[in-house]
Amino acid sequence: MVRRVRTLEEKKTLAVRVGANFYIYLLLFLMYVPVLALVIFSFTGSVNFGTWSGFSFELYATLFQDEEIMRALGNTVILALLSSFCSVVLGTLGAVGVHEWKRRSKAVAESLTQIPVVTPEIVLALSLVIMFVFLGNYVYAGFGLSFWTLLIGHICLSLPFVYLSVKPKLLQMDPALYEAALDLGSTPRKALYQVTLPAILPGILSGFLLALTLSLDDFIVTSFTRGSGLLSGAQMIETISTLVQARIKKGPLPPQMRALTTLIFLFVLLVVIVVTILMTKKRKKSHHHIDRRNA
Amino acid sequence: MQWKNSKASRFFSLKRKYLAFPYILFLVLFILIPTLLIIFYAFSDENGNPSAEAMIEFFSTPSKISVLVVSLFMGLQTTLICLLLGYPAAYFLADKKINKNAVLVVLFIMPMWINFVIRTGATRDLLSAIGLDGGTHPWEATLIGMVQNYLPFTILPLYTTMLKLDRAQMEAAADLGCSPFKVFIKNVLPQSLPGIISASEMVFMPVMSSYVISDTLSEGKITLFGNSIYLNFSNSQWNAGSFMALIFLVLIGLSMLVTRRFEKDPVASRGGGIW
Repeated sequence: MVRRVRTLEEKKTLAVRVGANFYIYLLLFLMYVPVLALVIFSFTGSVNFGTWSGFSFELYATLFQDEEIMRALGNTVILALLSSFCSVVLGTLGAVGVHEWKRRSKAVAESLTQIPVVTPEIVLALSLVIMFVFLGNYVYAGFGLSFWTLLIGHICLSLPFVYLSVKPKLLQMDPALYEAALDLGSTPRKALYQVTLPAILPGILSGFLLALTLSLDDFIVTSFTRGSGLLSGAQMIETISTLVQARIKKGPLPPQMRALTTLIFLFVLLVVIVVTILMTKKRKKSHHHIDRRNA
Repeated sequence: MQWKNSKASRFFSLKRKYLAFPYILFLVLFILIPTLLIIFYAFSDENGNPSAEAMIEFFSTPSKISVLVVSLFMGLQTTLICLLLGYPAAYFLADKKINKNAVLVVLFIMPMWINFVIRTGATRDLLSAIGLDGGTHPWEATLIGMVQNYLPFTILPLYTTMLKLDRAQMEAAADLGCSPFKVFIKNVLPQSLPGIISASEMVFMPVMSSYVISDTLSEGKITLFGNSIYLNFSNSQWNAGSFMALIFLVLIGLSMLVTRRFEKDPVASRGGGIW
């Protein structure tokens, strides 16, 4: 009797497990349909998305010959790297500094940090443009939208996230460490480099990655705050987002974008695999240490 | 080490609290002042004189009111569908008996790293290939695009809350005679409420303010808040645009009052620190 009940229970949990996994993979598949279609149809020369006209690498060849796309890609990458770098420097210094502030001024700084986090991108972008226009109208007539206003826009986008990635690492840190370094004769600058920096480095790195993804993906802030410059020269700066948006407004997605998406997808996949392997290794290693210590 | 005792060194041997100065200056110049300018522009006319013109125009133009209503509906519907689809997924992903594979969670986030304009274009082309084009089915097409784009943002905060679920409590409830349904309603749901709230916040406002997805998938037939502000921007209607932006800021303020007591981690819900 007891035995029969148990098998029934086991059957039940097995059914739940199979059903749950089926649901997860189905949802995953549905989410990946557009990406998978782009990847598959990047290996055919057909201009129409969805028609197969034989296997070829034609789109990859035309992708790299298309000067407009290459210029937009270059702009996107330069802008992302530059704005992320500025955000990381400003945000890390900000987090380290505000960490030392008294309670009330700290609360003010924190709420200032929250504004761009909760404000929708389009409101952020509009407010920036209005200020730039205001400056041009009332303060300095020569002021206009340029690469610099675009850079400021992208820094605004990612700055709070760098701050918020570094902050928890500072909270985890033992404040006595820095003081000990000073007591042992280290200069504040040296203590900052050799004690604080290594402790918050993981936070800085994840902040940098977050800043990169926010900038690479951005459309709204870019299209609001951009002027001429970068690789576009005297013309409006085009990034991948603005270029693709302008094209899909008029017609289907440019076929070269399938090739580009495939390359981005492969790159992201590679990064994910490498990081996962590194993390599992690290985790195993730390387990090993704990085991040794216990033994 | 020459500089060690010079004046310059004393200047640079800064106390750490001064390091935040450029950060705060940047936020004041490029976040705080522009936000205040929005409020100023919302209540002034083209010449900078105080005026309620933008406000009166907004509330007396039916098309603008309908933008507000349509945006609210689109936001609510997307949030609801994302929660219904994402909640079970997050629950299963966080259950060690069902999923032992941490990479699966990363797979759910990965689409966020592929340019969303390209993804939107591809979705549009695929949908019109099966007859769901923006010309004939603007609402459905836009909804599908929104859900597809915002589902990862729902699953991530839900997943982080589910990891913290007290499973012993759930088992105790079941052992003491609660039906699975009752366990869910009385125990799982209240425990995961913070996740539900932050997931909704990640979807609702961004959907209302989105531009590219609604513009592309409905072929310009559906005008959300974002599309409306974008139009104001293209026509340099700074006062009307500012007033719409202000309405948004008020909405955000209200929602923050409601959700204040739930702790949130904006970095985690953006996909930072998944590993």
